[in-house]
Amino acid sequence: MTEVNEAPEGASRGGDGDGAEPLLKLRGIDKHFGPVQALYGVNLDLPAGQVTGLCGDNGAGKSVLTRCIAGAHQPDHGEIFFEGRPVHVRSTRDASALGIETVYQDLALADNLDIVQNMFLGRERLRYGLLDEDSMELQAAETLSTLRVTTVRSIRQPVASLSGGQRQSVAVAKAVMWNSKLVLLDEPTAALGVVQTRSVLDLIKRLRDRGLAVMVISHNLNDVFEVADRIAVLYLGRMVAEGPAANFDRQSVVEYMTTGAANGRPYESAGSASGKG
Amino acid sequence: MTADPGETPAGTTGAGTADLTLDAKVAAADVPPELTAQSLGQYLRAWWLRVRSGNSGVLPVVLAIVIVAVVFEIITPEHAFLRPSNLVYIFGLSTVYMVLAIAETVVLLLAEVDLSVGAVALIGGVIAFKLVQQPGPDWPWWAAVLAALAICGGIGALQGALTALLRIPSFVVTLAGFLLFSGILVVILGGADSTVSLNTSVPNQNFIYDMVQGLIAPVVGWIILAVVIVAAGTYQWLRSAARRRRGLVAPPLGLTVIRIVLLAIVGAAVVIICSVNRGNSLKSVTGIPWVIPIVLVVLGAWTLVLQRTRYGRYIYAIGGSPEAARRAGISLPAIRISAFALCSATAALGGILLGSFFYGQYSTNTADPGQLVLYTVAAAVIGGVSLFGGRGKAIHGVLGGLLIGGIAYGVSLLSLGSLSTPLQYILPGGVLVTAVLIDVLSRRGAGSATGV
Repeated sequence: MTEVNEAPEGASRGGDGDGAEPLLKLRGIDKHFGPVQALYGVNLDLPAGQVTGLCGDNGAGKSVLTRCIAGAHQPDHGEIFFEGRPVHVRSTRDASALGIETVYQDLALADNLDIVQNMFLGRERLRYGLLDEDSMELQAAETLSTLRVTTVRSIRQPVASLSGGQRQSVAVAKAVMWNSKLVLLDEPTAALGVVQTRSVLDLIKRLRDRGLAVMVISHNLNDVFEVADRIAVLYLGRMVAEGPAANFDRQSVVEYMTTGAANGRPYESAGSASGKG
Repeated sequence: MTADPGETPAGTTGAGTADLTLDAKVAAADVPPELTAQSLGQYLRAWWLRVRSGNSGVLPVVLAIVIVAVVFEIITPEHAFLRPSNLVYIFGLSTVYMVLAIAETVVLLLAEVDLSVGAVALIGGVIAFKLVQQPGPDWPWWAAVLAALAICGGIGALQGALTALLRIPSFVVTLAGFLLFSGILVVILGGADSTVSLNTSVPNQNFIYDMVQGLIAPVVGWIILAVVIVAAGTYQWLRSAARRRRGLVAPPLGLTVIRIVLLAIVGAAVVIICSVNRGNSLKSVTGIPWVIPIVLVVLGAWTLVLQRTRYGRYIYAIGGSPEAARRAGISLPAIRISAFALCSATAALGGILLGSFFYGQYSTNTADPGQLVLYTVAAAVIGGVSLFGGRGKAIHGVLGGLLIGGIAYGVSLLSLGSLSTPLQYILPGGVLVTAVLIDVLSRRGAGSATGV
């Protein structure tokens, strides 16, 4: 019995990555705002080199959870382990120091600044006390080309002149330029056309291939199933399902999102799921 | 992009997917031309695209200056507008608006407005004038100037704090400030009919008087001009060379040459105009007013701060997207408060120049804070600074100031009566509306280019 239980767990770990500790591990995260409980004992693993899709209906707690990881909120209870060590993320600066970067839905780009200026905003390089534009431009160009964001005409063009997909790409490139290990993407394909969605999804896959842990928050299940290696579903502040994407199909994810259970049953651990199969 | 996409060089990054073709035309219009073009011809074509899309930089205000000059030359009695003596007078008058418009630009870039600049500038001027009085405080001129700048900086910081910390709209805060400080100005001046004058026979006081009225000999002017042009040319050439060496796009050599030649022509024209004898048969007056290099230093300093420092970058970022700036870890209140403080301190310098321009005398007649602030905001916006924040440079304030100064003086040249009084208000008003229209339309153009 013990052996049987251990083997699938090993298998599920294998599915999680290279069998190592996940890059980020949340255990028992509680968060409330006044009388409103937003998160109840949430557990979540974000392994390196994998894309985790975080799903949930409006108000399920996706944004709150993201903000807890990003340092914008502090959880009331629970533990966050980063690379196996317990950490306290008290601010977005703390998160950046760990290598956690967040791309919010509104992208937070300044339209009047160009791509380079946006990518280095708040972390400008100086030389003799003045902005070192050339070195920043080289670094930004290198990051964009390693991510194969090649559709922009000039990295000195103002962000206002970019298409939605290009803006999203710049925001993502901005997030990964800082040797980040975990990138949180909030609705990266909302408001994008078909072609642009495709290029952003390709970009997300390239982040994974570079060994980054990626969490994608999305309403669009097509996109989630396209890029996600793992899927996690929040329902009314509880993590009702979390596991390899192969354990899910569209129907079950929708049911978890809307009722917290699929086929009338709660999500079973990877071990039981593989036993079921 | 244009009729022939094959001629468009890709920048540091390649080009090629559907995204590009969809957005190329609009995007190209917004790109600073020197960054997409490698040859002069391409540069000019890219530049023309931008002009047509409304992102024309200094072009509208330069055109407006030319038009105003031509019109006034035609309608003024005896075609006196473009006489060297009048032009030098316009330079002097405009420098006040230039310095104030640069100050206002800093606040406008944050998408705020400072309506108290006029009153604060005049307070700064009166304080400096009072502090060098003899008998009286008899401070050295530089201490008086610094004290005026510091006091006005404090006033600006106070208004900035109300705006930045309590988020009271700057329009209201500085409108109250304008009324408040206009009253305090009269008190400091010593009553409604008081004047404070500089005694030019005292060297210490004469120094402030000479800030506008003092003249540089034409020979020295030529030497300064030559040094500036050689320095600017060398800097641009070295910078382009350094960028090409690192594989970055640099403006074509022809463009750099054209820029330097234009700079030389404008500089030489100013020196020649100032070198013409504008005195009378008894006493010849030639030379360049000290205020011209002073304004150039203010322009250079603010250009450096806004374009090449972190602080300037943060001002633009806050004006473009406060939320993006906040997420980037920028302290919005600190930048806002300090920007208001620096705006008011710069304005104080303008106030000192104003007193110096009126032959070292301050009175409630020469000092009208209401008209001053209206002309200041108009100068900045006419120059090309956006009222919506995040767009504009110090040079725009300078050009706008010159235009407003030209209009103000041109109107005063008209024979007094039915024409001059209404035109004094109608002309700047008309120009201002046109400038705001250009601002709004070009913003709309940029907005549609986002394509979201």
